[in-house]
Amino acid sequence: MADEPGPEVTEAPPAPDPDHETMLAALRAGLGDDAVLEHADAFGDLVVRVAPAAWRDAATVAQRDLSCDYLSFIAGIDWEPAAREGDEAGGDTSAPVQPTERSYGAAGSAGRFQVFAHVESTSRPRGLTLKTDVDEDAPSVASWVSVYPGADWHERECWEMFGIAFDGHPSLRHLYLPSEFEGHPLRKDFPLLARVVKPWPGLVDVEAMPGDDAPAEPAATAEEPS
Amino acid sequence: MSTTGESPVPSLTVERSSMRHLADAQVGVELDTGDMILNLGPQHPATHGTLRIVVRLDGERVVSADPVIGYMHRGYEKLTEFRTYPQVTTLINRIDWLSSFANEVPFMTAAEQLMAIEAPPRAVYIRTVLTELSRIATFLLFLGEMGLQVGALTPAFYGFRDREYVLNLIEAATGGRFHPNFNRIGGLKDDLPWGWIAECRSTMKVVLDACDDFEDLVLGNEIFEARTQGIGIIPASVGAGYGVSGSNLRASGVDWDLRRDRPYLAYPEVDFQVWTHPDGDSYSRYWVRLQETREAARIVLQCLDQIPSGPIMAKVPRIIKVPEGEVWVETENPLGQMGYYVISKGATGPFRVKIRSASFSNVSTLPWLLRGVYVPDVITILASLYFILGDIDR
Amino acid sequence: MTLALSIGWGSTLAIKTIVVLTVIPLGALILGYVFLLKMMSHMQSRLGPMDPGGFHGWYQLVGDGLKFLQKEDVMPAQADRRVFAVAPAVVVMSTFLVFLVIPMGPDLVVKDLDVGVFYALAVSSLSVVGVLMAGWASANKFALLGALRAAAQLIAYELPLLLAVVGVVIQAGTMSLQGIVLSQQHGKIFGWGGLGEPFLLTQFVGLALFLVASQAELTQTPFDMPVAESELVAGYMVEYTGFRFLFFFIGEFGTAFAFAAIAATLFLGGWAIPGVHGDWANILGPPVLFAKLMIIAFFMFWVRFTYPRLREDQLQAVAWKFLIPLGLANILLTGLFKVAF
Repeated sequence: MADEPGPEVTEAPPAPDPDHETMLAALRAGLGDDAVLEHADAFGDLVVRVAPAAWRDAATVAQRDLSCDYLSFIAGIDWEPAAREGDEAGGDTSAPVQPTERSYGAAGSAGRFQVFAHVESTSRPRGLTLKTDVDEDAPSVASWVSVYPGADWHERECWEMFGIAFDGHPSLRHLYLPSEFEGHPLRKDFPLLARVVKPWPGLVDVEAMPGDDAPAEPAATAEEPS
Repeated sequence: MSTTGESPVPSLTVERSSMRHLADAQVGVELDTGDMILNLGPQHPATHGTLRIVVRLDGERVVSADPVIGYMHRGYEKLTEFRTYPQVTTLINRIDWLSSFANEVPFMTAAEQLMAIEAPPRAVYIRTVLTELSRIATFLLFLGEMGLQVGALTPAFYGFRDREYVLNLIEAATGGRFHPNFNRIGGLKDDLPWGWIAECRSTMKVVLDACDDFEDLVLGNEIFEARTQGIGIIPASVGAGYGVSGSNLRASGVDWDLRRDRPYLAYPEVDFQVWTHPDGDSYSRYWVRLQETREAARIVLQCLDQIPSGPIMAKVPRIIKVPEGEVWVETENPLGQMGYYVISKGATGPFRVKIRSASFSNVSTLPWLLRGVYVPDVITILASLYFILGDIDR
Repeated sequence: MTLALSIGWGSTLAIKTIVVLTVIPLGALILGYVFLLKMMSHMQSRLGPMDPGGFHGWYQLVGDGLKFLQKEDVMPAQADRRVFAVAPAVVVMSTFLVFLVIPMGPDLVVKDLDVGVFYALAVSSLSVVGVLMAGWASANKFALLGALRAAAQLIAYELPLLLAVVGVVIQAGTMSLQGIVLSQQHGKIFGWGGLGEPFLLTQFVGLALFLVASQAELTQTPFDMPVAESELVAGYMVEYTGFRFLFFFIGEFGTAFAFAAIAATLFLGGWAIPGVHGDWANILGPPVLFAKLMIIAFFMFWVRFTYPRLREDQLQAVAWKFLIPLGLANILLTGLFKVAF
């Protein structure tokens, strides 16, 4: 396999999915036009960003009007690029290097934190990803427990991993981590403790595969496992 | 663990009128008893790993149950941010370790979608076959060990014995029984060895016979029926609201299977039936999984007939950089619906991966499901939900 | 039986004591090895122990016993020390006491009590006390749950056990075990004495009841709620290690041995072969009894490895709503037939 750049993705934008249009219309009708901020199509799935005040209502609309009775997950995103020391060119292979400027994904974001959830319908092939922004200084959104009982554990995990509080959750306590744990691990400024304890050794003692070029410097980027 | 500190002092005030009803156990005797808190786990033969359920008992009845998870939390979502895409495979293999191959498939599919690469058809078919083999392996273990949890010692051994054939197949193809690490972005690592397809066909016959054995030995057993019918009923709406998926939800009558409804891999090319059961109790969950094991064997046989020849790896750059984008891929894994929400920023590794594992949601129903059941029923319900700790704790 | 030398009662007592004390562990060992280790393994498509002792691992349990004996004596800190220590002894003691009345030959019985059967069943239920002691003194909630389940179960299944035996007693006309064996040996089926008259033929309901009830008395699957391995790990025995656990083990399999022997005596004719009397019966009696009880034990253990376990309330329902009425009906019919014929 010769070295070649990744394939360029140039194609015409796909025709709007009629089911997506239905879902958007129902959301707008149920929440109001200003609550539905942005939407996008992520490889066939509809991603909709709603205003934080309409978070719980979005769940109700999805469940009642869009027949999305199945809760897949609720989780958080931290868009802040992680601060890393060194880079691949400099020889630090401890982790893939991410872009250093902050950029947002499908349907955009208003700030650093977001909560996103995916709900689906068991009676028809339809799914919906909902996102909402979370205020960085006072991270808190409404809880979905009254709409989807399964939100209980997902929100507990989101809280302990990101520090996002959920209004109306019966008991926001640690799920995975011990109760005395301090900090919110999935935030980008929380280091990977294993790497702090022992730095990543990088590429060591790699023999060239027969027929391949020998690696020029030992500090080449991490190779695929074979 | 100590028993209650001071022994309860019973105040036996039996009214004259209740003397006539002494045969009735619920006579009006006021005993000042406290509830007993029992820790099931984290070391316990019934909890399939390090799951701890703090159960509050009134005699043998559960008043409330609170599962405590996280004893096996390895921080996968954090770890994926420090790995390249191929390296993530070794991580996610170990989420549901009984059907490891099935864990890799959605993530590889996600990366391939982001890169706009399609795996060649032969690779797609082989992926389907291996996914169904891992489903068979997991379910054979379930069919055996649910009998064990209910008290029958023997089916567990039969389950393990028949599973060996399937694991041998997986090992012959991939090199690993449990953690094959066989998927690559764009296809598979290697092609199938000579004679594998014929061996697979004969193994599927063994699997189908084993399913018949289990149907006679376990499902037909009156005591098994008495222990599992009517126990742990999950209504369809409650299940969907909790995120219960897979065979558990189908056993509650919900006709929803991602292989048919959101097809992926080679499932559009094969005919298979989606099995549902209206009852939603532990018996129906066993029944559905038994039928699905048979169905998986039939899917494998169909795929083996249809495997095209060709390359097993698409043209993929050596250093894999996945373009910017977000994608959600979900698959019908043996334990339920597993999905990966991959957010990529164009680097060699993902920016954020949200791993949606089935057992997490299945087990979250336990506080609701375990109210008012007997202690033996707790074990039956745990066994019938069929979770893997790695899947809960990630 | 006339012996060339006369043995005083003291020596006789000593011999009898030694015999009982060796027969129980030996019997427990044999049952454990043949059925638990080997038969269960083969039924589960595996081999069981193969190495210890060279030939199919026959030495396994002996080695296990010796291993248990040299283990450290561990007691939970909050356990009730004296009760904890004595409980296994109580369970084993009841097993030993049952053997006093089991005849192995016309003269080979420690003491042929006139109320033999009654005594045997009464004494075997002493183990309930031991189980309760063990569960409570362990200071462990799982043990407590197991002990409470055991108490309810063992008491509930005493009745079907007894009712099953009453039919035999009516038919034999005596409660003495030796008398029951002799009446089977000398009995005739429709005038033919070739097979004697094993009560199996007429008391098959009683035999079935006895087997089911003894399965419950031994806390074996499908009635092993007190020792539910996948829930309570080992139930009331969970805190026991070392030689105390060995006592429980011997108690469990020794009692299985005893119950199988009682069933063989009551329903299959015990040590008797029709036509063999006197000294030959004394020599052949023990092997014959052993063979018969192995057949009974085979069924008991076969059921153990096949069936799942009943939940506690289902177990009680089976005893009270099904087995006891069946036993009463059996007694009624037996009495009618005895009077009529």
